Amino acid sequence: MKLPAPRDWIPSGRTLAVVPPFLWLTLFLLVPFLLVLKISFAELQFGIPPYTALAEFKDEAVQFSLHLRGYILLFTDSLYLATYLSSLKMAAVTTVCCVLIGYPIAYYIARSSPAVRNVLLLGVILPFWTSLLLRVYAWVGILRNDGLLNKLLMSLGIISSPLEIYRTDLAVYIGLVYAYLPFFILPLYANLVKMDLRLLEVAYDLGARPWQAFWRITVPLSRPGVIAGAMLVFIPSVGEYVIPEMLGGADTLMMGRVMWNEFFNNADWPMASAVTCVMVLLLLVPLALFQYNQVRQQEAATKGGRA
Amino acid sequence: MSESRYAAQHPADPDEFVRVADLVKIFGDVVAVRSVNLSVKRNEIFALLGSSGCGKSTLLRMLAGFEEATSGQIVLDGEDITSVPPYRRPVNMMFQSYALFPHMTVEANVAFGLKQEGVDRAEIHDRVFEALDLVQMAGYSRRKPHQLSGGQQQRVALARSLVKRPKLLLLDEPMSALDKQIRQKTQIELVKILEQVGVTCIMVTHDQEEAMTMAHRLAVMTEGQIVQCGTPQDVYAFPNSRFVAGFIGSTNLLTGTIVVDEPDHVAIECAELTRPLYVSHGVSEPLGMEVHVSIRPERLVVSRTQPEGDYNWAHGMVSHMAWMGSYALYQVRLDSGKIVEASVPSLQLAQIDAPGIDEEIFVRWDADSATVLAS
Repeated sequence: MKLPAPRDWIPSGRTLAVVPPFLWLTLFLLVPFLLVLKISFAELQFGIPPYTALAEFKDEAVQFSLHLRGYILLFTDSLYLATYLSSLKMAAVTTVCCVLIGYPIAYYIARSSPAVRNVLLLGVILPFWTSLLLRVYAWVGILRNDGLLNKLLMSLGIISSPLEIYRTDLAVYIGLVYAYLPFFILPLYANLVKMDLRLLEVAYDLGARPWQAFWRITVPLSRPGVIAGAMLVFIPSVGEYVIPEMLGGADTLMMGRVMWNEFFNNADWPMASAVTCVMVLLLLVPLALFQYNQVRQQEAATKGGRA
Repeated sequence: MSESRYAAQHPADPDEFVRVADLVKIFGDVVAVRSVNLSVKRNEIFALLGSSGCGKSTLLRMLAGFEEATSGQIVLDGEDITSVPPYRRPVNMMFQSYALFPHMTVEANVAFGLKQEGVDRAEIHDRVFEALDLVQMAGYSRRKPHQLSGGQQQRVALARSLVKRPKLLLLDEPMSALDKQIRQKTQIELVKILEQVGVTCIMVTHDQEEAMTMAHRLAVMTEGQIVQCGTPQDVYAFPNSRFVAGFIGSTNLLTGTIVVDEPDHVAIECAELTRPLYVSHGVSEPLGMEVHVSIRPERLVVSRTQPEGDYNWAHGMVSHMAWMGSYALYQVRLDSGKIVEASVPSLQLAQIDAPGIDEEIFVRWDADSATVLAS
């Protein structure tokens, strides 16, 4: 009889390396999600917990009951549908703004001399040292009718009556773009700074003017960075709660606020869970696209390595 | 701009196609290129040869238009292009390690320059495939650069830089990204393609074998200056300085004093040799002057018997021997203690029964084998 070779029964380093992230994802992502999913199919009841169990033992029978009230309400009450669409719209507009503002910034940082580069990067990261809540409060101070911005514009004589920004969608956009811009800049910067600048010289050499070279070489090559950054902005902004709550008006519809209201104001856990589950599904689509993009990039890179 | 000093001193050669006159490039307080003058003929392959940091790449980048000359002039086919931006120069460059656009197919890489020119689609297609056929890469048009080997990438890069039919082609270390085994073959192929297309070409390399294999003429550069310019044969046979003699191939350098100066030869007394050196050609230095003499290892003949005559031979002992296949490299310690190298072809080695280490031997050379160096 031959003993199996050690590599047959000792898990390889590769297996061991993937265990912790899998464990982490299972414990902190999959299990909580399944709990929320379970609650979304329960019925509201008074007591602790404030929802019914899915399975009950009664009259010598195990009774399963899936309550679809939350989901039915989601698709029949136009408020929820409008909120989803509004959230996606706000996240999309925020993402587009971040691309438009963040690309030039990331490009400028990536093309600066290494010494200047670090200072500028620090400038991008520095706001994280303060709590988001404080920074959003600062925006309240700036955007309020009697805030810094209006006072400045009025004292300069540019406007005669204060601009109504605070408690409007515009204020939410400002807050979202402000809060998420670094998440766009950093991955894009990491991509741009790695770019082989000789490719631009090749383009000039072949007759491209600098802006043509930018458009045909830099932009396509930075696409993975743009996609990564855009995902990092889009996904969390869909469910954002703090910024719309603090800067938005009563009519600013966003998922985060609806969830909060269902949980804490209505104590309707099943409804809140249903809202959450649908939102997760809505976000899974762009996430899956993102993942697909990443995998394709990696494949290209490994193929390149083999050649 | 007035005609340069160089132009005034050197009347235009009718064959001259590229002229570089008094070209200088200064970065901050570093002089990268100091007053380079160069003349390249139409359809010539010209190599700039030097070790890293000698200014050859800066010179090439000024020819391409990536660096602005501090002063001086570049004239291409009668047109002053010194301050023309790179995208408007009829000059294309094949970059070191090729720099193919990674996000484009082979076809799109080659088509890039023509698209920028606004050539119509049908013509772009024809010219791209004409160029790819030339480098035998037409079958790979749909591949991405990362799916190609180094040699294939080089050929695509060549097609990309030839497709616009430039007046001047620049090659920056064309072989540096290739394995040693395929270099020689590729060098000869590349020259064939360039001659077939009929393009004037300036290449930069640090590899003297590469320059000698590929170039019609070459210029040796050091410290931002050209120290010698000529055909590979001339520069190898008649280096004008110790630097060039040592840089192009290996050599034995001796120091001596001219003691006899006759019309057909000079005799040089050399402390490192027991007998005087006779040199039969072109020495213009005055009597009594200290000079340096270069003798190539392959010009030294090794024998076991004492050569006839009273000059151009020395006695010594084998201190080291390396077998290189087609020849053997001998290090011989002369009686003066000076070590010289001699490369002995295999055939001759067999005839003299391969002397081993510490055996006594003689080395001799012909009167036209030694070259007197000016500096």
